[in-house]
Amino acid sequence: MNLFRTIVLVAALVGLGSGLVLTLVQHFSVQPLIVQAEAFESQRDEAAAPKPHDHAASGEHDHLAAVKADLAAQKAHEAHAHDPDAWAPADGAERFGWTVAANVLSAVGFALLLVSASELKGGLTSWREGLFWGLAGFAAFTLAPSIGLPPEAPGVTGAALEARQLWWIGTVAATALGLALLAFGRSPVLAVLAVALIAAPHVVGAPQADEPPAIPRKLEHDFVVAVIVTGFVFWAALGALAGALRPRFGGA
Amino acid sequence: MSHADLRSSAAPAAGASSRAVSIVAAFLFGVIIIGGTGFAQMAVAHNAAHDHRHSIGFPCH
Repeated sequence: MNLFRTIVLVAALVGLGSGLVLTLVQHFSVQPLIVQAEAFESQRDEAAAPKPHDHAASGEHDHLAAVKADLAAQKAHEAHAHDPDAWAPADGAERFGWTVAANVLSAVGFALLLVSASELKGGLTSWREGLFWGLAGFAAFTLAPSIGLPPEAPGVTGAALEARQLWWIGTVAATALGLALLAFGRSPVLAVLAVALIAAPHVVGAPQADEPPAIPRKLEHDFVVAVIVTGFVFWAALGALAGALRPRFGGA
Repeated sequence: MSHADLRSSAAPAAGASSRAVSIVAAFLFGVIIIGGTGFAQMAVAHNAAHDHRHSIGFPCH
């Protein structure tokens, strides 16, 4: 069978399996914290929402100041609020269904990256070998970006989204490349380069927010722990499953 | 010896380059999927994948 089809088929099966594992773990670890955090988030958003000021009470002289204050409040609100007119799944089965779909789809995407990268080394041969690739995936995709950008619960406002996405992608790429150089490089020079590559994004530093979070510190902390541990279980399952399934599809 | 082995020993260079094309294509396919589920900024994509994005630790909002 053509190698492309083999990789896609293995990744589809691995993504389905590990996406369901992710859903199961997430449902009991992260999801309750998301719901708690959203209560604080909507409280803050309501507090920040512009209130119509009382024209009769405010004299004509400070009318302009009141209008300016209204505009500023509205601008601040729009800066971190979601587009209220956009479609969103209804709470309950619909919201859960979209989460399952997104979990499985992303898991297929991550499995495509892991399986195709491992083909550069001749393809996975056992679940144990796959597990180690999965641990590397956990280090690159969960641990490394979480150092500078701890997973944000709803109500935790970060810096500008584009800047954070860029730093996240750069950190994942540098860490993955660094780990590959550490594992497969054959000289001390490459190992030194790998360590520098993994450390570099943290020397540059992640873009940080200047706004305090709207949720209690303990909830913020518990959320970070839940996401990282969930990510660990997910990547372990993804890697081991990829290693177990790949040899069944021949040498390609 | 299987058919695939015969073919790859007959044309090792072609085999290696088609392996490389397959690997790169599958990798890019994965990048595109994650771009959609984790990074697309359309409000609809964000809302549908909201809980998923928070659970993976993608930058969100």
